[in-house]
Amino acid sequence: MRQFPDRRPAGEALLDVVDLKTHFVTERGLVRAVDCVTLSLERGQTLGIVGESGSGKTVLSRSIMGLLPRNARREGKVLFEGQDLVPLSARDLRDIWGAEIAVVFQDPMTSLNPVVKIGRQITETLRHHLRIDKDEADETAIALLTSVGIPEPKRRFNEYPHQLSGGMRQRVTIAIALSCGPKLLLADEPTTALDVTVQSQILDLLQAKQRERFMAMVLVTHDLGVVAGRTDEIAVMYAGRIVERAPTYTLFTEMRMPYTESLLASIPRIEHPSHTRLRAIPGRPPDLVNPPPGCTFAARCPYAQPRCEQEEPPLLPAPTPGHTFRCWYPVGTPEGREAFERNLAEGRPQTLAAAQAGPA
Amino acid sequence: MAGSGTAHLRDGPDALLRVEHLVVEFPAGRGRKVHAVSDVSFDVLPGETLGLVGESGCGKSTTGRAVMQLPPPTKGSVRFDGQELTALKRDALRRVRPRMQMIFQDPISSLNPRRKVGEIIAEGLAIWGGADKDHRAVVREMLETVGLDYDTAADRRPHQFSGGQCQRISIARALVMEPKLLICDEPVSALDVSVQAQILNLLEDMKQRYGLTMVFIAHDLAVVKNISDRVAVMYLGKLCEVGPADGIYASPTHPYTATLLASIPVPNPEVRPGVRSTAASNDLPSPIDPPSGCRFRTRCPRAQDLCAEQEPVMRPAVGEDHWVACHFPLGGVPNAE
Repeated sequence: MRQFPDRRPAGEALLDVVDLKTHFVTERGLVRAVDCVTLSLERGQTLGIVGESGSGKTVLSRSIMGLLPRNARREGKVLFEGQDLVPLSARDLRDIWGAEIAVVFQDPMTSLNPVVKIGRQITETLRHHLRIDKDEADETAIALLTSVGIPEPKRRFNEYPHQLSGGMRQRVTIAIALSCGPKLLLADEPTTALDVTVQSQILDLLQAKQRERFMAMVLVTHDLGVVAGRTDEIAVMYAGRIVERAPTYTLFTEMRMPYTESLLASIPRIEHPSHTRLRAIPGRPPDLVNPPPGCTFAARCPYAQPRCEQEEPPLLPAPTPGHTFRCWYPVGTPEGREAFERNLAEGRPQTLAAAQAGPA
Repeated sequence: MAGSGTAHLRDGPDALLRVEHLVVEFPAGRGRKVHAVSDVSFDVLPGETLGLVGESGCGKSTTGRAVMQLPPPTKGSVRFDGQELTALKRDALRRVRPRMQMIFQDPISSLNPRRKVGEIIAEGLAIWGGADKDHRAVVREMLETVGLDYDTAADRRPHQFSGGQCQRISIARALVMEPKLLICDEPVSALDVSVQAQILNLLEDMKQRYGLTMVFIAHDLAVVKNISDRVAVMYLGKLCEVGPADGIYASPTHPYTATLLASIPVPNPEVRPGVRSTAASNDLPSPIDPPSGCRFRTRCPRAQDLCAEQEPVMRPAVGEDHWVACHFPLGGVPNAE
């Protein structure tokens, strides 16, 4: 395999995650939910983290924040503006949460306090971090509600979360997240609980605010469609690891990782005629307590060779700038094509399934 | 539309399922009513898959359940296989039920956690095919058809399987009764995209193999298009647009269908969603007090005074067998007033 230098320019990153591991101690054993994750994000940039359920994408975003349950063991570095957040206590983190890094969670009903009026949930954050008086905080909160597109903000200010629809509640959580002008916004499946028309409104809102404020954003989702037109860079996660990372356009046009290819091919496309055979990924993700040796995707991969089941591929750079992946027989290379042909000739079911449904 | 009418129903006695003027209302206290489904009509021919699509709260699941008489609709007719289901007594309805089966959204909670998979699948057979007979051979064949191994699966309980495998078990439980009609209520929305593709492919295979007729209820427009021959779009208890899957997606004529299609995130980086205004469009109106006339008018970019006064009814749209309930449809309408 040829080696290419990583041409990613070394700039001053806002967020640098270095070799982060988050493991959970459970009765069944150690769950390696996030393993050896390295990524960086510059100011004003948007990173999409994509993966299926159980791939570790939510644990990764919570590990960046330091919002983990007691049985979690975290190793590695999370450098935010050069400061490592991993050793900080919850007390120290409180100055960073909300003020520097804010989160928008999936379910707006459970992330808002049901017995506190919406206005107070916004002013609480404002008054804690900015030390302003009540009147000023109220005014700012109403301005924030207006800016996230809530009609009649003065009336909504005095209402409770249950009086709002799901989309409106998510607008409120975005207003809270934006209230202290964070430099980084982590949005963890912000639209999964919402209808498709509301989803596009909320994604538009997040994108507009991110541009307006030159804020960095991490958008965590299971839907490649959500990140395709809205991110600068995408990291694909599988079984707790980043298996491919590339600028968004490169990822879709020159993907190297067979998992990325399979994932994209399994999505039903609106532009295809009805009854188009979908390219399903056979099997399911590995158990994170006893991950198989070698590549964790090998058992489901149409390209897998004996080597894949023994040797774990490292994160290798691709010829396209800023593009890395973990695979011995990457998509779109002579090695990959050869492996695919060999498997096809041998009748490997995973390869047959991929060939039957046609190319992605 | 959000309108009513029956112009889109196909002539002839050969529809397997024909639903006319279906109304489902629930009491909401203090004399008020939730108008969950209001005057919906559709038909499904044998071997056809009808996709029923809409946002949450539009009444699509209630429609599916009303077809099954779970609970029976407030008003309207449901003709299945030549029988009027709404007129049937309890025992007669019970005898029809094996021929119409349903699979649900959450595969894990729709299976009894305390029973073994083999028993779950054999239960319908034991009730209808004799309790003393040995159904093991049938169960074995059924499990293998849906891609599970009888020897490892039959003695295990649902919690020992993944979501995708549980949905396979649900499909086996439904198909073992050899139904004519299968109603699928959001069968893949709880599954990951890679597993979703497995289940959609399986449903297509089963449809071929058993000559099934399906009503496929979902909110995901791409999923619905993939599996359906004909698609009906619902909004707030009414049908907006009915037509062939490829036709509706290629040229939507109802403004609501167009809005839905424009909202789908496309997995293609060259399609940049234009950032629209950050102001919210109106929320979904309450089904307790739905808007007069066309129910979509409060959110519709094309709404005029007429839309508040008069409810649109189904009429032909451009394209074969394509129907729309709208006063001002996109792309015009043949013989429009």
